[in-house]
Amino acid sequence: MALRSALGRARGLGSAKDGFHHWWIERLTAIALVPLTLWFATGVISVAGADYATFATWLGKPWNAGLMICFICAAFLHGKMGMEVIVEDYVEPRCVQVAVRIFLNLMAFSLATVSVVSVLTVAVRG
Amino acid sequence: MTLLEERINRGGATSPHLQVYNMFALTSLLSIIHRIFGAALFVGTLLFVFWIGSAAAGPQAHDFAMNFLGSWFGYLLIFGWSFALFYHMCNGIRHMTWDTGRMLDLKDVYLSGYVMVGCAFALTLVAWVVGLSV
Repeated sequence: MALRSALGRARGLGSAKDGFHHWWIERLTAIALVPLTLWFATGVISVAGADYATFATWLGKPWNAGLMICFICAAFLHGKMGMEVIVEDYVEPRCVQVAVRIFLNLMAFSLATVSVVSVLTVAVRG
Repeated sequence: MTLLEERINRGGATSPHLQVYNMFALTSLLSIIHRIFGAALFVGTLLFVFWIGSAAAGPQAHDFAMNFLGSWFGYLLIFGWSFALFYHMCNGIRHMTWDTGRMLDLKDVYLSGYVMVGCAFALTLVAWVVGLSV
């Protein structure tokens, strides 16, 4: 049920029209990353310096593999969005800015995919 | 012509750049470091991909990665990575508190700044003490 007036909605959108979504996803991933980072740190410490077999056993547990994939997705999405804000603020001219943003998106997406596939490979193969 | 007018005329970004602030007041310094560490963490994902990717490549590649990460240079990278991560996480919590409209007056901003830096150092210290003792 929309109780807001048309003017109120228009004001909420602002002149850029689509800024809120970017801001919100950045916050959403930030919220997710607080517990995920603490889990990641304790997890990595627990296998610090371990040999491959120990590491693979640890990552092979469904909770560990699952949370690691959540961490990867949230971290790369959050990082990509943060970098976009930095690039929007400081990179000129516009054509260079767009090129850098394309590069950042491709880099984040491909590295995240490689990471997720790596986790699954280790988890499934053992 | 001011810096801002110059930027508007060029059709460039109008966001305030570093030099318009006193960069070494605690508030602005912590904010600038937050951004630098955020960008460093994004570049630092390459280290994470190297670690997880070499494990996926097999036991030999994993041993090679462990040897590199266990060297003094590897430790240096991981130490920087861990401090940047904890700092960015702690200051992120501070930012999200501000997003709810709380702790926005100058006294609270300074107080939370000191608490945040303390937490970031403490988390890094605990992580390394525990990590090196297991």
